[in-house]
Amino acid sequence: MKGIISYGAYIPYNRLQRKKIGEFFNKPVFGGEKAIAGYDEDSVSMGVESAIDCLAEMEATNIDRIYYTTTSAPYKEKGSVSTITAALNLTANIHAIEAASSLRSGTSAIMAANESEKTLVITADCRIGAPTGQNEQWFGDGAASFLIGSGEDVIAEIVDSGTVQGEIITAWRSQGDSFTQDWEERLGTTVFLDQVKSNVQPFLEKNNLTADALTKVIISGPGTRAHTAAARSLGLQTHQIQDPLFDKVGRTGNAHAPMMMVSALESAQPNDQLLIINFAEGLDMILLKVTEAITQLTQRKGVKGYLERKSDKVTYSDYLKWRNLIETEPPRRPDTDRPSAPALYRGYRQNLSFTGSKCKSCGTPQFPKQRVCVQCQAKDEMEDYRFVGQSAKVTTFTLDHLAASPAPPMIVAVIDFEKGGRIICEVTDCNPKEIKIGMNVEMTFRRLSEAGGISNYFWKARPIRQKESS
Amino acid sequence: MSKKGITDKVAVIGMGCTRFAEHWDKSVDDLLVEAAYEAFTDAGIEPSDVEAAWLGTMISGYAGITLSGPLKTQFIPVTRVENMCATGSEAFRNACYAVASGAYDIVLAIGVEKLKDSGYSGLNAPRPASDGTSPNISAPASFSFLAPAYYNKYGLSDEQGREVLSKIAWKNHYNGSLNPKAQYRNEVSMEKITKSPMVAAPLGIMDCSGVADGAAAAIIVRSEDAQKYRKDPMYVKALSIAAGPGDGKLRQDYDFTTFKENVAAAQAAYKQAGIQNPRKEIDMAEVHDCFTPTELVIYEDLGFSERGQGWKDVLKGVFELGGELPINPDGGLKSFGHPIGASGLRMLYEMYLQFQGKAGKRQLDDPKIGLTHNLGGTPMQCVSFISIVGKEIS
Repeated sequence: MKGIISYGAYIPYNRLQRKKIGEFFNKPVFGGEKAIAGYDEDSVSMGVESAIDCLAEMEATNIDRIYYTTTSAPYKEKGSVSTITAALNLTANIHAIEAASSLRSGTSAIMAANESEKTLVITADCRIGAPTGQNEQWFGDGAASFLIGSGEDVIAEIVDSGTVQGEIITAWRSQGDSFTQDWEERLGTTVFLDQVKSNVQPFLEKNNLTADALTKVIISGPGTRAHTAAARSLGLQTHQIQDPLFDKVGRTGNAHAPMMMVSALESAQPNDQLLIINFAEGLDMILLKVTEAITQLTQRKGVKGYLERKSDKVTYSDYLKWRNLIETEPPRRPDTDRPSAPALYRGYRQNLSFTGSKCKSCGTPQFPKQRVCVQCQAKDEMEDYRFVGQSAKVTTFTLDHLAASPAPPMIVAVIDFEKGGRIICEVTDCNPKEIKIGMNVEMTFRRLSEAGGISNYFWKARPIRQKESS
Repeated sequence: MSKKGITDKVAVIGMGCTRFAEHWDKSVDDLLVEAAYEAFTDAGIEPSDVEAAWLGTMISGYAGITLSGPLKTQFIPVTRVENMCATGSEAFRNACYAVASGAYDIVLAIGVEKLKDSGYSGLNAPRPASDGTSPNISAPASFSFLAPAYYNKYGLSDEQGREVLSKIAWKNHYNGSLNPKAQYRNEVSMEKITKSPMVAAPLGIMDCSGVADGAAAAIIVRSEDAQKYRKDPMYVKALSIAAGPGDGKLRQDYDFTTFKENVAAAQAAYKQAGIQNPRKEIDMAEVHDCFTPTELVIYEDLGFSERGQGWKDVLKGVFELGGELPINPDGGLKSFGHPIGASGLRMLYEMYLQFQGKAGKRQLDDPKIGLTHNLGGTPMQCVSFISIVGKEIS
């Protein structure tokens, strides 16, 4: 039976405390905090990070298909799946579709996966709410990924799924809009509850289930109140309602229900039954039954792990700068050049999958790829060598106050990999006071720059963290 | 390099150097004319006596016409050279070889740079089109990698390291205060240096060389002809340049407490000049103090200090004007300023003045052998130039 083989998630390191928004505008706000993508993150980079988490310690060569879903893609025209495929070092012949626009596309993609294939579903969103509005407070950024297939490795069988198309204007962002707009919340809530009442009960009956048999119900509805109302209408007990992560992450767009699913799977036991109800102009319903195999899945960072790795030091003004919501004085440095498309084309496998070369003659790993070995000068004796997944150490560093950066000072370090090889790169998600020689770091996929409308993705180092930093 | 190189084959018979400064009122052309004509006058030659010229500039112009235009040279060959911050030295080196080869009898080497017209902070060289993946870090940041690496390797606390770097900046500012052509002609207190605003931590603004406009020039002839022009020419004992393969970017065994290029260039130059003990045999040096930790590492790379001992020599005052081996008597890049293409020739200009006893308040006691060291690039990968020059022919 078709099911989930693995899951992964990503929550950006920076969390904005909602009270900081309130302090800035001198108005009452909701409590808690929201996860915000760093200045070097977007729906593609977060999606890749969640997929790396999902595929940890797994053979990724036999994946047949990628479904990438987001409502906040970097481009209106130009896909992102080829970027993601290269970043994950997957086969170029992989079948891929990306779905935009619908906040339901994450769950729809899970339903669309075939039993006979292995499908990697990547959901990510990074939406911007208009300053002073409620969306600004509630929207959070994040990503979740699932590997879907069949066989003994399935940790949660997709017992059944159903879908309803129900046209309604609740939340929308036109091609020209910068921010999501909403109709008054009661409209969406009412319509959502109607759809739940008329569709969920028959779906459960069809599967010979009653609501009390469900271990957890994952509900992502319009706004922040609908999910409690929906849970009540289904007669669920509090312990059955999956935490919607509003206070810690926020509403993560099309990745919201998927991130809640990850969260639910993290604490699930064999034979648990999970129901997912995801709303956007209709409903997606998925019924999962957890299997014994879940006990064999190696630990992912997941929602739980990434919730612990955080900094809440970010200020609201940082956030405004990172989202280009305020115009600031430009540095007295040249603008970042638009990257050369031919140079990107030549290096895309190398740069996106972080694959360098290793000298067959002397064994020295090198990045970027070299023709002549830096160690033994052998010519054209190189084989491809991927650096991702290795730990590395800071050999020396600088805090560059002069370099143009949305978050000065730019931390740049000389990074030496445990199995050989060196790169000089930016260190991200790091407090300038933390960096020191010998610090352990790992590579993370980021959007280096956007210049001339081109998003340029590459890798940076980040401190290896076990839990919240001070 | 052949066994003997070009030791004592060529000599400098005239030099000129503009003040290095924020020359808001002078163009590249003005600076070139000023430096070249000062050199012509000093050598006692007519501009038309020059048979060929080498122009060094990194970002202030292209091709030989950048020089032939303002000088109105009459269809002589002019070669524009570029080797990053070692550009001025590279112009000199190529001019020397041309004379030594016998192709020309009298040539001009000149370097110029106009940094202050861009409106940017620091040096901003145009970057070739690229995939944009290498971090666009500032020049001070590239060199600031040296400081924590050096402290860590030799067990200096941040405070000790800070004192050493400040002392280097203090020395160069003191020397510059005695030099009427320097960009900065004031002494700067240790406290001010130590507390200067961060540019690329741990380097503050006072760890950085001056961003300046300027030009410097030299007239070169074969040594056997030199006495026809003046009784006190400067003789070239050794010229070397080493271009690195980029070990710092790619190899883990490079530890950011040295420039391999410096070591290679120094060994080659010492061999040519027959120098066994540089600390004893060299009377003075102008080195590439683009940032304070660069100068610290250079002491050790060039054999002026033992490995790991450079910082102690700084604190002992070894490299101060009255010390055992004065370094950067003219104020160095730090205080004289660093108009890229001109700096290498400016270093030679100080050697020349010192040999002739014309260095004013900073005059050393009859130096006979001097060294200039000029570096283009970063600790990760650079070109390193060294010249050894002398008052006398051996």
